[in-house]
Amino acid sequence: MSVLVDISHRLGDFAIDVRFESAGRLTALFGPSGSGKTTLINMIAGLIRPDKGRIEVDGRVLVDTDAGVFVPKHKRRIGMVFQDARLFPHMSVASNLRYGRFFTPAAERYSDMDAVVDLLGIGPLLNRRPAKLSGGEKQRVAIGRALLASPRLLLMDEPLASLDEVRKAEILPYIERLRDETKIPIVYVSHSVAEVARMASDVVTLAQGKVVASGPTEAVMQRLDLLPTEERGEGGAVLDTKVLGHDEVYGMTVLGSAAGEIRVPRLAIATGALVRIRIRARDVMIATVKPTGLSALNILPGTVVAISPGEGPAVEIGISCNGATVLARITEQSRHVLKLQLGGKVFAVIKTVSFDRANTGAGLPVEADG
Amino acid sequence: MNWLLDLSPDEWNAVRLSIKVATVAMLFSLPPGILIALLLARGQFWGKTLLNGLVHLPLILPPVVTGYLLLLTFGKRGLAGAFLAEHFGIVFSFRWTGAALACGIMGFPLMVRAIRLSIEAVDRKMEAAAGTLGANPLWVFGTITLPLILPGLIAGAILAFAKAMGEFGATITFVSNIPGETQTLPSAIYTFTQVPGGDEGALRLTLISIVISMAALVASEVLARRVGRRMDIE
Repeated sequence: MSVLVDISHRLGDFAIDVRFESAGRLTALFGPSGSGKTTLINMIAGLIRPDKGRIEVDGRVLVDTDAGVFVPKHKRRIGMVFQDARLFPHMSVASNLRYGRFFTPAAERYSDMDAVVDLLGIGPLLNRRPAKLSGGEKQRVAIGRALLASPRLLLMDEPLASLDEVRKAEILPYIERLRDETKIPIVYVSHSVAEVARMASDVVTLAQGKVVASGPTEAVMQRLDLLPTEERGEGGAVLDTKVLGHDEVYGMTVLGSAAGEIRVPRLAIATGALVRIRIRARDVMIATVKPTGLSALNILPGTVVAISPGEGPAVEIGISCNGATVLARITEQSRHVLKLQLGGKVFAVIKTVSFDRANTGAGLPVEADG
Repeated sequence: MNWLLDLSPDEWNAVRLSIKVATVAMLFSLPPGILIALLLARGQFWGKTLLNGLVHLPLILPPVVTGYLLLLTFGKRGLAGAFLAEHFGIVFSFRWTGAALACGIMGFPLMVRAIRLSIEAVDRKMEAAAGTLGANPLWVFGTITLPLILPGLIAGAILAFAKAMGEFGATITFVSNIPGETQTLPSAIYTFTQVPGGDEGALRLTLISIVISMAALVASEVLARRVGRRMDIE
């Protein structure tokens, strides 16, 4: 399963010139507002016709301006979840859910009403009207409606952007289940580091209508300089870990990662489960000798592999801990005093309490071929 | 009450005919009304202003002028009238069908305005969403656009009906005032006012005409409210 986009398009003064290809389970189109993410996803859905270029999904050509190919939106079988849900106000939740299913040829219907209702936890809402739902409920119904059309690809355009933190936390696990329990590839538009780092298998970072980085999430998220300015503080290393056990006495969970054991506040997940964590660069301290008499519980030995200037007085230090890179944002003064240099042996220090709900999510199951 | 309903056969005919003419005028102008409203609300074509002007013409012209123009085009010797009579056997002049045509045309601008406004209020993003779910443009219109404009449709239809109930000038010019064939309520009232001692009959028909128009208005309110409740638009 793959998505190929290679287009150029002008919208007034704004030019989009993008080429990317992804075979990821959840590909995030990431970038600040105005970078062209939504325009791009609308082109994949068939809502905008690009001036020039080519779009393919799973080998099927949807747009090829040279050959004059433009498959209309209703023949693409690509599901779309809009930021504003767009549930049909004159239909019940159940009718909304059945809408796309009705137009799908019987032989190509692979999604099952009961399974989707169960997956999204929307059973109690079926007889209600969209106007009577909360923002989070609406978004779950919108996801269900798109899924029940049995799409070949699911597009999500900032589905959480109009929701408050509580509602976001309510929906994220459902999107993770979607990613892990169904076979539909997802393209997810977001400007939030937290969402992308937590859920994406692959990231395409956009800025001013151009691709500035693309690849696996752990690699792309290392590029703190590419993050939108207002999201910089959220940037940091992304690690895939496994639950080794729980410390019931102190209410903590011990995670095993390539970088070593990491203690985080107690997670409600079973031992052996996969967890993806994001370690914000601003939460990481650096020591040149193994610290003692320190409250922080996570002390990971490693080697300095990157030093790049950050914003203002900050520098960003990449520390390879047994192959996994942890990022630290410290001041230029500290770097000078500690005489940090490439290849130097250091310890990355992370407080357990710096982890919260927003930067621990269900990990992506490792694929057999990946 | 007895006094009110103690009508002569001619008066009963006028009541029945008025309701028939208004209903037929309303039903037949709905499909072209929706089409023209769609064109005006969404179309971008050369001559849109002209079309808009033509549709509104009956609203600003003296009804007698509209009636006379109808007589010229749809009369026995009129271009359209002769053609329709010869090929389809449809005759308008001095028939109740002519009254329905005149009433339909006079109510048309009101209907188109109401429908056009409701089409312009439809959130086109809903239609785009339906498209991504596999609905082709025709299905989108039938399952999304049409239900969303239903209140406007009802309002437009009732306005056209009420206008047809009261239409006088164009009708009497085009199809005259023949009892049992083209004498609608307003024509009958007019006839009463022209003969000595006709006051009582005129008053009776006036009251009936008020009752029918009020009933139509109330019906449209009730319908629109029921549709509105079903939709619960935020």
